[in-house]
Amino acid sequence: MKTIALSWRYLVSRPLAAGLNLLLLALGLAAITFVLLTRAQIDRAFERDLAGIDAVVGAKGSPMQLILAGVFHLDVPPGNIPLTAVQALAQDPRVAKLIPLSLGDSFQGFRIVGTTPDYLRHYGAQLAQGQPWQSPMEVVLGAQAAQATGLQPGQAFAGAHGLGGGGAAHAAHPYRVVGVLAPCGCVLDRLVLTATESVWAVHEVGHGKADAHDDDHEDEPREITLALIQYRSPLAAVSFPRFVNSTTKLQAAAPALEITRLLRMVGVGADVLRGFGAVLLLTAALSVFIALWNAVRERRADLALLRMLGASPARLAGLLLCEALWLAVLASGLGLLVGHGLTGLLGYLLQAEQSLPLTGWLWLGVEAWVPVLALGVAVLAALLPALSAYRVEAGQLLSSKN
Amino acid sequence: MIATHGLEYRYLGGAQLTFPDVKVPQGGVLLLRGRSGVGKSTWLSLAAGLLTPSAGELVVAAQSLAALSAVQRDAWRARHIGFLPQQLHLSEALSVAGNLGLAYFAAGLPEDRAAIQRALAALGVAELAARKPRQLSGGQAQRVALARAVLLQPKVILADEPTASLDDDAAHDALALLQATAQQAGATLVIATHDARVRQALPQAMVLDIDAQNEPQALSYMREQL
Repeated sequence: MKTIALSWRYLVSRPLAAGLNLLLLALGLAAITFVLLTRAQIDRAFERDLAGIDAVVGAKGSPMQLILAGVFHLDVPPGNIPLTAVQALAQDPRVAKLIPLSLGDSFQGFRIVGTTPDYLRHYGAQLAQGQPWQSPMEVVLGAQAAQATGLQPGQAFAGAHGLGGGGAAHAAHPYRVVGVLAPCGCVLDRLVLTATESVWAVHEVGHGKADAHDDDHEDEPREITLALIQYRSPLAAVSFPRFVNSTTKLQAAAPALEITRLLRMVGVGADVLRGFGAVLLLTAALSVFIALWNAVRERRADLALLRMLGASPARLAGLLLCEALWLAVLASGLGLLVGHGLTGLLGYLLQAEQSLPLTGWLWLGVEAWVPVLALGVAVLAALLPALSAYRVEAGQLLSSKN
Repeated sequence: MIATHGLEYRYLGGAQLTFPDVKVPQGGVLLLRGRSGVGKSTWLSLAAGLLTPSAGELVVAAQSLAALSAVQRDAWRARHIGFLPQQLHLSEALSVAGNLGLAYFAAGLPEDRAAIQRALAALGVAELAARKPRQLSGGQAQRVALARAVLLQPKVILADEPTASLDDDAAHDALALLQATAQQAGATLVIATHDARVRQALPQAMVLDIDAQNEPQALSYMREQL
């Protein structure tokens, strides 16, 4: 107990050195916390959004683009596909479930997705307010979309053409909000969901068709953008994509495959960041080592006096070790705080772009290793100075030259 | 009580110091005289159990030091030896009271704040308890260091050159204080010095001259210093 208090007094008696070491150590730990948090949340978001989707079918083009557009709603889709082709696929015995998605419009940057209620069921979404859409032009808002736009059930709005926002508004065909989803931590949070027919209604009118022509849709084949597919058996993964890619004008992409590819590319960035954190931590360890080493030199007389007063070498070593542990404990707290703060800040910035959902209000089990790491670094840095405390010659105090 | 017999110490480099036998009764005063380098510090280190003699016997405060292990010697030193270094060595990281508390920390005992206040009051510096050492005058600092030395009521007080760099009046006061404090505690007082004024101020003290035997070491020490 007394060792803890005394080492604290010694630490704060050199505020500048202690502060700088604390900062260095905390920065290293913050970088590592940040990498852990973002990596875990990105992985988790990918997993959550990907769950149960075995393949995405869309127009020919880049499979990665198809996945990013269809599953995560991050990229623009490659193009539209005929509804008839999708209906044919739905009859395929290997397909257990097929969810059509129609993209093209947005509201204040949030994508308006025409789909079936299956899409909500797939992610297990719950309604926070109102009810699901019953007829075309009724929409349900994702939690984040509702919060950002401030729309309530009963209000109406006009979608804008294009996914980026700023396109021409479909003022003639306003949507009406009938429900708001509870936050699900998945991609639905930042979508505006409606029936597939709504998208057809807006666009066929927009392209100069009259409402009266609603029933002669055979004149111009109806289209959707892509479809999410769940297989009846895992064996389909072998034959189904090849079948689609070779015998139809469509493209089938396996999300698991593409995401592994993507994470490998993103992973390099995470590794660089982690390496950076490790270098920071190493620097911090060195600086703590130098600080303690200097402390032993500066306080050689103090330590020798303690020996003279009857303190055993182990007690002196404990004192120095305790000083390092103080730094480690403070730096762990500060590092975790800054790491979470940075993640929160990044989440806030990404939220403005409606990209990945990141939060600083998340505690991972793996973060328990951050204090462990800090303690390890501190103990390692204190080891040599502590050992040198064993060699402090109390007798040198006695020589009048000292 | 301090008794030595055939005490010798050999440094790693090979230099050997030999010390005359001495027997000081409990509560007595011993002056350790000699030029720098003749072994005053070594004798104090031996008496404090910081060094182990290469030959001879050493009994301090009724304890034969050869019978103790290194860890036991540390604990024994904490309880029985009071130490007044020449440079005082008060830590700037701590207040005056905190510096006295170090004695308890070193001994592994719970801090007794009342005893610290009593020790400071006995030396007339109770009001300085909260100050930092740099805010003290030279005389005050020496009183604080002396309070630290006698805090745990040691049987032996070792004082290293307590009058060096003091003028005559201050040297006289310091010695009087040292003697009075030792007497009050019933402790044996050992003063290592090369100051002739100490001998004049303490005429009844026993004297251990270690110049003669270790003259070659003193000469080589002086050559090194040059």
